[in-house]
Amino acid sequence: MTSEDFIGYAVPALTLGLGLFVWEGVVRFFAIPPYLLPAPSVIISTLFTDWWTLSSSLWVTLSITLKALLAAVFGSVTLAVIFAQSRLVERAFYPFAVALQVTPIVAIAPLLLIYLTPSVAVLVCAFLVAFFPLLANTTLGLSSADNNLVDLFQMYRATRLQQFMLLRAPSALPYFLAGLRISGGLALIGAIVAEIAAGSAGQGSGLAYRIVESGFRLNIPRMFAALLLISVAGITIHVLLTAFSHWLLHDWHESERGREA
Amino acid sequence: MAHPVGTDAAAGLLVDEMTEFATLTSQNGRSATKTNGQPLVAFRGVDKVFANQVTALSRLDLEIRAGEFLSLLGPSGCGKSTVLRLLTGLTSPTQGEISWSCERPEFGFVFQEPTLTPWSDVFHNVWLPLRLAGCSKEKARPRIDEALAQVGLSGFAKAYPRQLSGGMKMRVSIARALVTRPAVLLMDEPFAALDEITRLKLNDDLAALQASLGATVVFVTHSVFESVYLADRIVVMAARPGRAVAEITVDAPGPRREGFRVSPLYAETCQRTSAALHLAMGEAPQNGLLE
Repeated sequence: MTSEDFIGYAVPALTLGLGLFVWEGVVRFFAIPPYLLPAPSVIISTLFTDWWTLSSSLWVTLSITLKALLAAVFGSVTLAVIFAQSRLVERAFYPFAVALQVTPIVAIAPLLLIYLTPSVAVLVCAFLVAFFPLLANTTLGLSSADNNLVDLFQMYRATRLQQFMLLRAPSALPYFLAGLRISGGLALIGAIVAEIAAGSAGQGSGLAYRIVESGFRLNIPRMFAALLLISVAGITIHVLLTAFSHWLLHDWHESERGREA
Repeated sequence: MAHPVGTDAAAGLLVDEMTEFATLTSQNGRSATKTNGQPLVAFRGVDKVFANQVTALSRLDLEIRAGEFLSLLGPSGCGKSTVLRLLTGLTSPTQGEISWSCERPEFGFVFQEPTLTPWSDVFHNVWLPLRLAGCSKEKARPRIDEALAQVGLSGFAKAYPRQLSGGMKMRVSIARALVTRPAVLLMDEPFAALDEITRLKLNDDLAALQASLGATVVFVTHSVFESVYLADRIVVMAARPGRAVAEITVDAPGPRREGFRVSPLYAETCQRTSAALHLAMGEAPQNGLLE
C-alpha cells in the first residue's frame, strides 16, 4: 500500500470518525434524551442487546432481497433474450415493462397485499423494482454487439446459438453487470418499502417492520440500529456486486482499466 | 508513358530486391500468379441501391483475377466497401450480376478497425473462424500458431487486445483472416487508422505475406501511395454514384520491398494514379501530375 493509498483510506475514515465523535459529543453535552436522538454509543449497545431480534429481521429482509434479485436476474435475462430475437416482440412487451417501472412501488404494494399473502407481496414488490434496470440494460447490451463482428460471424456462417454465445452474450455482459449493481440496491429498497407499506397488515418480521414497530413504541435507539443494519446490508450488497463485476471484467473491459503508469 | 531509363532502373532495383527476398523466404509464388491470373470473379453492370435510396454502386464492371493483388482506390462514398460486402455475399446486388468462375471461395476479411472480441485473448480471437466451423481448440492450435507466426505475433497468444498497440491489434485481425487459409483476402482500409510508421511496416509485411501465400487480395484504400506500393492492379473509383473510372497496372514484378518506394517506377505510377483519382473526384489534375 503506497502512502497515496493510505491517505485515500485514512481521510474518509477520519471524517467518519470525526462525525460520530461530534454526534456523540453534542448528544452528551446537551443531554439529549435517547427517544429524541440516541448517541452512537447507545445505538451500538442496542445493536448488541437487541441482536437476536434484529439479526433475525435482518435475515428475513436479506433473504427477500436475494430471492427478489435472483428472480429479477432470471426474469430479465430471459425476457431480454426473447426481446433480442425480434423487434416486434420487444415492442409488444415493452409497454408492460415500462408501466410497471414508472408506477411507484408504494402505490402498487397495497393492491398486491390484497391479492397475495404479505410475504409473497413483499417479494413481488422487491422483484418489480429490481427487474427493470436489469431488463433495460441487458436488452441494450444484447443489441450492442459490434456490427462488423456480426458481419464477420455471418461471413463464417455462424449459427444463431454460436452468435449468441460467442458474441451477443459477452457483449451484453458489462451492461448486465451495470444493471445488476443498480438492481442489487433497488431490491433492498423495494423489500423495505414493501414491508413498510405492508406495515401492520403483515405479520412481517423484516427490518422495516422492526422500524415501524420501534416507532410505535418510541424505541428510537432500536430504530437507528435497524437503520444502521439496512445501510450496512446495502453497502455490502453493493461491494459484493462490484467485486463480482470486477472479477468478470477486469481482464478486458475498459471500465476496469487502470491508468498504466 | 514511363521514361524507359526510369523503368529499367526500377526493374534492376526490383530484381535485386526480389532475389534478396527469395533467398530470405525461398518462396515466390507471386510472379507466377500475377500475370497469368485466371478471372476469379466478374461484376457485370452491378447496381447497388441501399434501403435509404442511396445509390452505392452504379453499373460497375470489375474483374478480379486469381492470385492478383487488386487495390480499389477512391474517395469516401465511392462504394469500395460495398464491393467487398458484395463479394462476401453479405449483401446482394440490386441489379446486374456477380459471377464466380468457381464456387464462392473461403474469405478472410480485415476491417478498418481491428474488430477483435475484447473479452478473449489473442489465441481465442484467431481461433474464432475455425471455432465457428466446429474445429476444436487442440486441432486448431497448429493453424493458429502458424497464422500468428505469419503476422509476427508468436508468443502473444495469451495477450488481451487492450494490452496491444493499434498495429499489433491489426496484426491479430490479419492472423484471424489468414487462419482459415482463405483463397481470397478482403481488406477494407485496414491500415487507415494507424500511424505512418506502423502503416509502412505493415505494408511491407503484407507485401511479403501475399507473395508467400499467393492468395488473391482485394485491398480497399484511399491512399494512392499504399495502393501503388502494394497492388498489381489499381481500380480507381468515383463517388455519387460509385463506379469504376480508371484502371492502372503496376508493372513491378516480384514482391515489393522498401526500395520500391524510391524507384522512378513507383513515383511515376503514383503520379498517374493520383491524376486518375483527381479526375475521378471531378477536379483538375494538379500541375505536373499528368505528363
